[in-house]
Amino acid sequence: MQDLIRRYGLGLTGLMCLIVAFWLLMLVIIPNITLFESSFRPYLPVTEIGGPRDTYSFDNYLKVFDGSIETTFLGIPITVPVHVMTFFLTIWYSVVVTVICFALAYPIAYYMAKIVNPRSLPTILLLLFVPLWVSEVLRAFAWWIILAFKGPLNSLLLFIGAIDKPVRWITDYDAVMIGLVYTYILFMLFPLYNAISSLDTNQIEAAEDLGAPWWKIHWRIVLPHAKPGVASGSVMVFMLSAGSLLVPSILGSTTSQWFTQTIQQWMNDALDWNTASAYAFLLLFLCTLFVSVVMWIFRVKLSDIAK
Amino acid sequence: MSAGIDLENVSCDFGTFRAVDHANVSIKPGEFFSFLGPSGCGKTTILRMVSGFIEPTQGVIRIGGKDMRGQRPNQRPTALIFQNLALFPLMSIWENIAFGLEVRGVDKATRRAKAEELLRLVDLPGAADKMVSQLSGGQKQRVAIARALAVEPQVMLLDEPLSALDLKLRQHMRAELRAIQKRTGVTFIYITHDQGEALAMSDRVGVMSHGRIQQIADPRDIYNNPVNGFVASFVGENNVFEGDLGAVSDGMATLSTPHGQFRARINAGVSGKGVKLYVRPEHTIISAAAPPENGVHGTVHEVSFEGAFIAVHAVSDSGMKMVAELRNDGSQVVPAIGDQVWMGFDAQRAAILPDADTKR
Repeated sequence: MQDLIRRYGLGLTGLMCLIVAFWLLMLVIIPNITLFESSFRPYLPVTEIGGPRDTYSFDNYLKVFDGSIETTFLGIPITVPVHVMTFFLTIWYSVVVTVICFALAYPIAYYMAKIVNPRSLPTILLLLFVPLWVSEVLRAFAWWIILAFKGPLNSLLLFIGAIDKPVRWITDYDAVMIGLVYTYILFMLFPLYNAISSLDTNQIEAAEDLGAPWWKIHWRIVLPHAKPGVASGSVMVFMLSAGSLLVPSILGSTTSQWFTQTIQQWMNDALDWNTASAYAFLLLFLCTLFVSVVMWIFRVKLSDIAK
Repeated sequence: MSAGIDLENVSCDFGTFRAVDHANVSIKPGEFFSFLGPSGCGKTTILRMVSGFIEPTQGVIRIGGKDMRGQRPNQRPTALIFQNLALFPLMSIWENIAFGLEVRGVDKATRRAKAEELLRLVDLPGAADKMVSQLSGGQKQRVAIARALAVEPQVMLLDEPLSALDLKLRQHMRAELRAIQKRTGVTFIYITHDQGEALAMSDRVGVMSHGRIQQIADPRDIYNNPVNGFVASFVGENNVFEGDLGAVSDGMATLSTPHGQFRARINAGVSGKGVKLYVRPEHTIISAAAPPENGVHGTVHEVSFEGAFIAVHAVSDSGMKMVAELRNDGSQVVPAIGDQVWMGFDAQRAAILPDADTKR
């Protein structure tokens, strides 16, 4: 603070602090508190707001248990509330997206950190960043075109003879997976790249010299070293995927439903902001809980991720 | 079990730069062999070629008579000790040592027992469950040696492993390394730029410069009979006189220099003008009267006390700086600064040598 004042003067420093404080308070803290407060209140006609029926309760949160459907889990028929089902599918497919992102990003990160000639690294980074110059909406829409039943991907695969009839890509959660992996893979790649590039190459060579095959080197030397990077990348990809609205909306099929879409339906279609808020906080709390449990299982500390 | 290593005409290029140039050396099983040279002389490249991280551009490397071309580092009977040791910081000491065994599928109890045994061998019992960060520099050194020995290599390759240690510990570890080598009988190839280290530990030393092996000999020979000027000046100090060669007979020659006429041994391959004569400071004699031959008159301008010896720096009347080292045993009169003295040497103790071998 002293340093900032000395460098920019009292006026400019005060202005910067004020802007940051305004942003934090008015655009982050107050809206969240307002939503949190309203999530405990019932959805009432305007005239009844503040009236005798306007009391705090968990009713909005308990709405996730309304309306059940029949489904099977591991071959066993079960009855699950629809929104609970949506929630678990969202968590499950977010985990799948995270795992796919890791599987794709790890070899690339290792290649960038340890194998590639450092002189060509800027080119590779540029190639990775170029897609980010296009808006997320357009990129998701581009995938919608690419994956269309009579779209370019099917044409290409038919042309090279990889398939003999077009594949329906936009079905169930398939296209959503593809879109989410594409959108969030860089959030896995860069933490991994940072973690792996901080590993002393001599350790990899020492392991090889002691007779370790390549997979053992990765399992015992590179991966344990990169664990904080894996953790922070996974947390980011998982949270962003579970909280994504755009990709599931554009690339979703008739049989896919993301929990964020349910929230949006409460908010936009039912105009019930109270229940929508309750669902939003439910997603936030349960995802945080899930991430904490997974981190505890893998013995990752929060301070490791902050690195 | 130990194996010999043969380098036959081995060269290694990095782009247009030739790091190692036609190296030929035959290292015997169980030998302690050092490559000595300044940084950039190619000694580390030789080590990395033997361990398999670099393939030679040409030539053959044999370990125990077996051609090593195309063999990855994890397929060779060598163990490399890195300059920074490269211990695995996330594993305990015993897991570090047993890593090579874990890779080979040895069960945990046997691994643990072997690690304990090796820790006793390197004089570090009871450290098995510590982490790498809890050890001192010298202890880490020992763990690195134990980890390399665990895979029962036929050849141990050491890349300046003592360079990070302080002087006292370095001298202690020299003796330790030598003792471990004798105890295990494994062939050691040691890389260093420290001539004291190489001379003290090795059975034989290969002195390198500009990718070429200049001389391979036992430490005494390297020091007493260097084959060329590079070896003479890299391994120890010299007073060097440059001049024109005179008569040569019976391996002795005369050299006319601006500082006087000298007589010394001559190596083959030296002729003509501008050749150099090398004499060690400890072979340079200081006297009040002129010696019968090889004498230079001068003035003492500095006397530095080094403990075991006293270095007398003098400037000859012809303007050349010379150093003589006197033993600190009271047997010789130590001149004072400003004294007029004669500096001389025995013709048998001085040599006229060619320059370094750098031809391609």
